[in-house]
Amino acid sequence: MKRTGLCMLVALVVAFCLAPFAWQVVTSLKSSEEIIQMPPTYVPDSVTAEHYRALFVRKPFGRYLWNSFFVSAVSTFVCVGVSAMAAYAIARLRVKGSTLILAGLVAVSLFPPIVFFFPLYELVRVLGLTNHPLSLIVPYVAFNLPFTILILSAFFRTVPPDIEEAAKVDGFSRWQILTHIIVPLSAPALATTAILVFIFCWNEFLFALSFAQADEAKTVTAGIASLSGGSQFEIPWGPISASVVVSTLPLIVLVLLFQRRIIQGLTSGAAKG
Amino acid sequence: MKREMSNQTFGMVMLSPAMLFVACVAVWPLIRTLWLSLYTQNLATGLEPEFAGMANYVRVMGDGRFLHTLRVTAMFTVWAVSLELVLGLGFAVLMNRTFRGRGFARAVTLIPWAMPTAVLALAWVWIFNDQFGIFNDLLLRTGLLDKPVAWLGNTGTAMFSLIFADVWKTTPFMMIILLAGLQNISAELYEAAAIDGSGAWNTFFRITLPMLVPAIFLAVLFRTLQSLGIFDLVYVMTGGGPGGATETVGVYTYGTFLRYLDFGYGAALVMTTFVLMALVAAAIYWPLSRMKGGL
Repeated sequence: MKRTGLCMLVALVVAFCLAPFAWQVVTSLKSSEEIIQMPPTYVPDSVTAEHYRALFVRKPFGRYLWNSFFVSAVSTFVCVGVSAMAAYAIARLRVKGSTLILAGLVAVSLFPPIVFFFPLYELVRVLGLTNHPLSLIVPYVAFNLPFTILILSAFFRTVPPDIEEAAKVDGFSRWQILTHIIVPLSAPALATTAILVFIFCWNEFLFALSFAQADEAKTVTAGIASLSGGSQFEIPWGPISASVVVSTLPLIVLVLLFQRRIIQGLTSGAAKG
Repeated sequence: MKREMSNQTFGMVMLSPAMLFVACVAVWPLIRTLWLSLYTQNLATGLEPEFAGMANYVRVMGDGRFLHTLRVTAMFTVWAVSLELVLGLGFAVLMNRTFRGRGFARAVTLIPWAMPTAVLALAWVWIFNDQFGIFNDLLLRTGLLDKPVAWLGNTGTAMFSLIFADVWKTTPFMMIILLAGLQNISAELYEAAAIDGSGAWNTFFRITLPMLVPAIFLAVLFRTLQSLGIFDLVYVMTGGGPGGATETVGVYTYGTFLRYLDFGYGAALVMTTFVLMALVAAAIYWPLSRMKGGL
């Protein structure tokens, strides 16, 4: 009896989490007529791929996806690299003032991006970087640094110092110790932070909306927001639902594959924060 | 062979790229915003800065629209964060149990958190659509409503819709932090409680909840500050409407900069918000810092 109760609760939670997304899938597969049929049908009468086709034919949606992927991948790579260096300095070299630096980083990361928005907007314009991927990559790296440094420095501390000592005896420089020993040993932590940073970059909206306004430069979040087109009354719900599905599918795959890592990463970042 | 740098110098070299990024993207903007807030720079001055002293801050104090957005933001935050906390706690307790398919269930509960807010906001606009929305349809079918509601078109219901969407999106984050807290509670405590014949509710309120307090404060700290700066969800779902009813500080500030091109005043709004947020953060952090096993 208790077991069935538990199962029902779990089923309810799963349904709650999936329902809004599932409804987008259903909507995206209906014909335009069926979408505005009253009352709504919960299973499409006939399945069509027209909205998915429209997305790639009428709008440069492939381009948006590529931009999101490129910006997120480069930001993730740079962010994890820069964080690994900083985390090594904090965890292993016992740099003076590193607790203060860490505290400052955490304090900065608490504030929402809107606080830092306008001067960056100015800077991007002055430097002529509007629509340039760098205008997004630099802020994305910076905003994700605090928690990646936290996660990585916590992990680096768990690498046994004996290994490092042995490497020193063998004539490794400190840089080689980082790249040849610490980094390979920390591969799981690096992967975890990389997944988290990638997700945060992919999902960012404020900067994407303001710094990359040309179609060639838009990322998927800003691109979809601009799909709503003309007036309130002719919102193309079919293509919008299709775009929601396509743009979130990579993230769903990431979550299903790396659920355990993501939970570990978020909790170690928060617990040490 | 070159002589090696000291650990301190080498450490600073290793830290410098990270510091450079943070200096560009966080420190510079704060200095620039503080400077800009002392100037008038808008369409009236031909977008050229003119020294204005504290005039922008005086204007902030008397700005009814700003006070309104503060109220809206505070209300949104209090509702959203408390509902997320209660729901997240429930989810965490549930996902801490052992059952078949737990890995899958946990992964699914993470999905809302992993999705882009701005994109999902559009999905919610469709769900809350007055004519064809499934939210109305479900409530009509179950008899909870007798006629469709324009959820995003009325003051109270628009706020409800925003909170609903935010709770859906961020409960997983609460759950994850609280789940970690739950896993840190030693089994011995529960065993001792069981020997003393403590009931399930009693155990929850006497052991689980008190032991979770640091995790709760931490989760609330993160979520509160995020929520106070909320932009994407509101911008896409209601644009601050109807008639400014759901305009948050983030949306107002963004508009002051990019729609009204009132840069100096926008900067003063940001500085004011920044100080208020720092106070809120300190108020939540202070009790946390005095707790054992906190930060």
